[in-house]
Amino acid sequence: MSLSYASPTTVNEAVALLTGATGLTKILSGGTDLLVQLRSGRVKPDIIMDTKKIPGILGIIETEAGFVIGAATPGAVIGEHAGLAAAYPGIVEAANLIGSTQVQGRASLAGNLCNASPAADSVPAMITAGAIAIVVGPNGQRAVPVEQIVIGPGRTSLARGEFILEFKLPKPAARSSGAYLRFIPRTEMDIAVVGAAVNVTLDAAGVITHARVSLGAVAPTQLLVVDGANAIIGSKLDDAALAKLDAAARAVCNPIDDKRGTIDFRIKVAGVLARRAAAIAVQRALGQAAGTKH
Amino acid sequence: MSKQHVTTTINGEPAEFLAEPFMSLLDALRDEMHLTGSKEGCGSGDCGACSIIVDGRLVCSCLMLAVEAEGHEIITIEGVANGDELHPVQRKFLEHAALQCGYCTPGLIVATKALLDRHPNPTETEARYWLAGNLCRCTGYDKIIRAVMDAAAEMRGVTA
Repeated sequence: MSLSYASPTTVNEAVALLTGATGLTKILSGGTDLLVQLRSGRVKPDIIMDTKKIPGILGIIETEAGFVIGAATPGAVIGEHAGLAAAYPGIVEAANLIGSTQVQGRASLAGNLCNASPAADSVPAMITAGAIAIVVGPNGQRAVPVEQIVIGPGRTSLARGEFILEFKLPKPAARSSGAYLRFIPRTEMDIAVVGAAVNVTLDAAGVITHARVSLGAVAPTQLLVVDGANAIIGSKLDDAALAKLDAAARAVCNPIDDKRGTIDFRIKVAGVLARRAAAIAVQRALGQAAGTKH
Repeated sequence: MSKQHVTTTINGEPAEFLAEPFMSLLDALRDEMHLTGSKEGCGSGDCGACSIIVDGRLVCSCLMLAVEAEGHEIITIEGVANGDELHPVQRKFLEHAALQCGYCTPGLIVATKALLDRHPNPTETEARYWLAGNLCRCTGYDKIIRAVMDAAAEMRGVTA
């Protein structure tokens, strides 16, 4: 079979191509994972389908309802969007941690998600922000919470013929913000040993009314830590709430043991980063209430 | 495997080449366009020796398919100087001896140009983070950073 590259210009054309294709088809967004896998021989696709000519798949739109981020929008563009950075700083800082300046010029949220690495930095941040993936395919469109996309290392819940067109983020509630932290042995250009994201919404008195907590690189998929959120809801993030969050984060970890981090280390760091990310999220939400920029 | 025809702009000039579907843009630049300034170090986006600018964004040409260049504007190291006149970044790399073997130099110069085009007054920390994806195995980074900061100052019209 001859190898081929296709760059459809409509969703319908792309779906028809994906459903009609025989052999292995890989979807190309920024390509910063796919080209490495291609070169190493780890994947041997027959067809590469580039999504970037599909309208809406590149760029960020701010609406009354919130934000729509095109699936293939590069990290550099995400990092330059002041409105998104103010509303969802956790997503922006997580997306911008991925790779070098060069990688930021190409790497996308959909690629980071669908490559399905447990260590993907943007995924915990998107989960805590309540991001919804708009999946298109032969049966039309469906809206899928980001935490339901990855089902294991390298595996997603997308069916044959489906791909992600965009991500939707709701307009954030007043006094809400988020943060993402990761541990790496260096300061730059590395892969998360543990990642933690927290989003919070505060009431006028500074009490947490809504929270989402997510961990990366401590299990086969990113985890939505419901007990962690419950540990801090109703509190002003006092020491007792932080201790409960730490314990809840540690309790869900099921990490691998390798030279970059032992099981014990990853579990301990998950608790620490969850606490620190929560503290930053609350500070940012308070800063927003005071009208300051973060 | 059928080749695809790609039309693009390279260093301000219209360019076209034939590319196999899964050929990297780096291979097309080097082997089809004979622009051998961009180097392959790792081929996996870690070393930055193949850095180019596409539509104003710094990217690794080893992480792009050649066919993805269709319709886009590319700047390679060959397009950084103005004819015989070196770009200030190139001149400062020479003045500060910010290279030994020179393999990483084209990528570092392109990456520095991209930095200064966007951020004319970077702090040293910002410059170091921006260039974290460009690896040098011999000179060490101090001379490189000195050249970058000096070039930035000169381009802003400040005497260092």
